[in-house]
Amino acid sequence: MDYFLELLCSGLTRGSIYALIALGYTMVYGIIQLINFAHGEIYMIGAFVALIVSGVLTIYGFSGFSILVLAGLIAMIYAAAYGYTLEKIAYQPLRNAPRLSPLISAIGASLFLQNYVLLAQTPDFLPFPELIPEFAFMEPVAHIMGSSELVILVTSAISMVVLTLLIKYTRIGKAMRATQQDMVMARLVGINVDRVISVTFIIGSVLAAIGGVLVGSYIGQINFYIGFMAGVKAFTAAVLGGIGNIPGAALGGLVLGLAESMAAGYISSAYEDVFAFGVLVLILILRPAGLLGKAVKQKV
Amino acid sequence: MRHVKLIFAALLAATLAVPAFAADTFKIGVAGPHTGDLAPYGIPTKEAAMMLAEQVNAAGGLLGKKVEVIPMDDQCKPEIATNAATKLVSEGARIVIGHVCSGATKAALGIYKEAKVIAISPSATNPPLTQSGDYPNFYRTIASDDMQGKLAADFVTGKLGAKRIAIIHDKGDYGKGFADFAKKFIEEGGKAEVVMYEGITPGAMDYSAVIQKVRRVKADAVIFGGYHPEASKLVAQLKKKRVKAAFVGPDGIKGDGFLEIAGKKAEGVYATGPMDVTKYEENKKARAAYVKKYGKEPGTFFDQGYAAMQAALAAIKAAGGTDYAALEKALRNNYVDTAVGRIKFDAKGDAEGVGFSVYQVQNGKFVEL
Repeated sequence: MDYFLELLCSGLTRGSIYALIALGYTMVYGIIQLINFAHGEIYMIGAFVALIVSGVLTIYGFSGFSILVLAGLIAMIYAAAYGYTLEKIAYQPLRNAPRLSPLISAIGASLFLQNYVLLAQTPDFLPFPELIPEFAFMEPVAHIMGSSELVILVTSAISMVVLTLLIKYTRIGKAMRATQQDMVMARLVGINVDRVISVTFIIGSVLAAIGGVLVGSYIGQINFYIGFMAGVKAFTAAVLGGIGNIPGAALGGLVLGLAESMAAGYISSAYEDVFAFGVLVLILILRPAGLLGKAVKQKV
Repeated sequence: MRHVKLIFAALLAATLAVPAFAADTFKIGVAGPHTGDLAPYGIPTKEAAMMLAEQVNAAGGLLGKKVEVIPMDDQCKPEIATNAATKLVSEGARIVIGHVCSGATKAALGIYKEAKVIAISPSATNPPLTQSGDYPNFYRTIASDDMQGKLAADFVTGKLGAKRIAIIHDKGDYGKGFADFAKKFIEEGGKAEVVMYEGITPGAMDYSAVIQKVRRVKADAVIFGGYHPEASKLVAQLKKKRVKAAFVGPDGIKGDGFLEIAGKKAEGVYATGPMDVTKYEENKKARAAYVKKYGKEPGTFFDQGYAAMQAALAAIKAAGGTDYAALEKALRNNYVDTAVGRIKFDAKGDAEGVGFSVYQVQNGKFVEL
């Protein structure tokens, strides 16, 4: 039972990071039907910015929690700027092009950003400071959950709740939902669709940056390539939950994280990816639209 | 007319493909990761080779000719290594120092064998490279993984007295090779039990599930086969989850990269690695020259790379040129004083006179035990 709880916790921790990144994929897809393959790189850039900022702050004598908050905030701002610019440069000019073009553009942007960071920073792995302060729980809990896991779980949960409220109750949220339903109609009733799309990219990028900072602090190292694997996993999570569906992305992330963790724990970690993607195939066969996705009729 | 053009083009292409045997230099390739995350393992060898070539050239060359070093980047990736090898062969290298990673070396060796090019690796420790007999053109200035695996197994069961041992590897040629040998020798030794044997995926987000498993099987020690990025992740998470097991890695983690990333969490970690060779006269000279030229301490595999280049130069001298058979004979028969000691190569291509020791991180440095 202990062992199961340990795996459950590590699965949830991993899954909630997947979910944070998956939200970016799913929101963008929901609105402009584009898989933003460069989203993983935004996550990576978020982590890099946090690393640089925390380095500078340490020099100026800041400590522990204040670094985490400041570095996190600046990482979010930077990631948002990158996400916004990415959309303006790589996707907006292709808004009316055939669907394949923005997809290729996305892959190009992903490779560009990877190599840009590779050249501008370093190809080596970099040590990431432990931003989340390590405090000890009482013993039966200590080896199941540490402060890092707790902070990751709570932060992702809060982010998701805030996102849900934002989409449900604010003007821009309403506009996003309207644009998702029908872009042309939304434009006709006076919604600034370009602005809505920009905001979507910004929100997605902010969430990815949060994920990047948390992971960096959790595992203690980053390099220019971390966005790729995280991107693939988060994309899988988004599809698993039903792409375009926001609660689906969260659920998909958690399911994926748990599947990996349980497979690693009870079978072998060599097969963790096999099981993760096995679950994906299985769910797509049984529920082609994903766990929470609705089968949508093609717009005519 | 079209045919004539085609034949002409083909002839032209063919002349380019045949290495231009320019008589004025000895071309020696240096292949390894010069960019990418494993570059710290490849660059010291490149610098060692270039430094030696410079010295030789400054002293009037070798047999009256200059030595030319051709560096070639393979990023430790097999698919890039084959390209690098083809390029080196076509540029006329008769001896290659490299490659650095076992996987990349294996991929490149077939090409060298066909072109009758000698390859001397400073660091490819995968045993079958020499022991299978498939690559008579391959030599190395480092001991092979079976020796390293045996040392790790003996150390863990002997000196550490561990009874329950978990073995984790990164599924790669190098990491799994080391892990397999450690497992084999532990089982043959009969003093301890391998309670867990598992592969992990490099680049995965975290390894906490694996760590929980190590705790569950109550392992006294963890033997890890792989490189430093995964090792530091594992070490950090072991500490975080308060698993007390000792951590033993291969020479892939015994470097500054590991110390830098793992930071304080590296303290107490064991690693096997090439014997401390700084006591040799040649080694002192090489290191002093390096520090003077580059203003920093030489990195991982510098000694082995330097020794490989020394062996290559000595072989050319003894063979009176770059004839394949003569080079082979010279490498196998003549003892050479190198940065890793007085060595020659045995019938399979392993260097006689090199070996491994166990190191431990103490106060942020690897200390030979």
